[in-house]
This record gives sequence, C-alpha cells and structure tokens, in this order.
Amino acid sequence: MSFLQDALAVILVLGGTFFMLVGSIGINRLPDFFTRAHAAGKVDTLGILMFLTGLAVFEGFTLTSAKLLLIIVFVAFTSPVAAHALARRALLYGMKPWYGNRKNEG
Amino acid sequence: MQTFFITIALVLCIALLIPFYRVYKGPTVFDRLLGGAAVGAKILTLILLFGLMFDRLDMFIDISLGYAILNFVGVIAMAKYFRSSARAAK
Repeated sequence: MSFLQDALAVILVLGGTFFMLVGSIGINRLPDFFTRAHAAGKVDTLGILMFLTGLAVFEGFTLTSAKLLLIIVFVAFTSPVAAHALARRALLYGMKPWYGNRKNEG
Repeated sequence: MQTFFITIALVLCIALLIPFYRVYKGPTVFDRLLGGAAVGAKILTLILLFGLMFDRLDMFIDISLGYAILNFVGVIAMAKYFRSSARAAK
C-alpha cells in the first residue's frame, strides 16, 4: 500500500514538474502576448495542480493534506482568472493578436 | 526519496529562472506581468517542496496560501490599473 502511494506521488510530481517546465519554455518561445498568456494559463495551471496533488498523495490522510486540497481548489480558480484578466486588459488596451507570418488579408 | 526531492527542486529552479528573461525583456508591460505571475506560481510549489523536505509542511502551507493570494491580488490590481491608459492610447 505504501509503495503504491509513493509510486503514485512520484508519477504525479514528475508530471507536474514536466508541465511546469513546458509552460516556462512556452512563455519564452511563443510569438505573441496572447499565445504566451495561453501557455501560462493552461499548461502552468495543469502542472501546479498535478504537483500539489502529488504532494497530497505523498502526505496521506492528514490535516495538512486537507489544507493542500484547499490550496489546489484556490489555485484552480485563480490562476486562469489572472491570465484571463491580463489578456482581456491587453485586448482593451489596443494590442493586436498575431495572425501568423502570412499577409493579413482584409 | 530525499535525493529525488532535491532533483525536483533543481528542475523547478530552472523552470523558475526561464520566465525572468521575459520579465527582463518583455516588449510590453503585460509580458512582464505575465512573467512575474508565472514566477510566483513556481515559487509557491517550491515553498511547499521545501516544507515537505524539512518535515514542517503544516507551517509552510499557510505561508504558501498567503503568497498565492498576494500574487493573485497583485495581478488583478495591475490589470485594473491599466484601464486608465486605454483611452489615452486610442
């Protein structure tokens, strides 16, 4: 039982770290602000959720695990809301989205 | 298990240092804000990992919850702040 718990925690933590690394690279490599907000809003959130779930599985059934679940719910609500607020403000500010390398046809 | 957590912490530090380039050299202000929010989200997981390594997770959870709330409120407040500049740009 304990071995199964540790294996599940290790898999979740490794997956979360991978997704957070991919999100960081996406924030640097994507060409536009809106695509960067997409990378920060989706991939980073998935990585953080997997990482915190892995830590909660590693901890077991305790009070700290319940607090970790509370943090998971809070992050799942607030991280996409922050990215959405930034992208909406940038659109209202007058920033043009990226239409690719082709010519912008009427 | 301890070496595994140290390796994960090193990888997280690399993933934390990459968006600092976007904070330093963002073309617009929103790029810098997005990079700062990404750095804050990674610091939250790093705080929890340190708490697990030091066996004081119950104390570090409160710190990380406060950090997450402060990060969210900061991003929302900055997004509200740039409303006044929208009419000036048009």
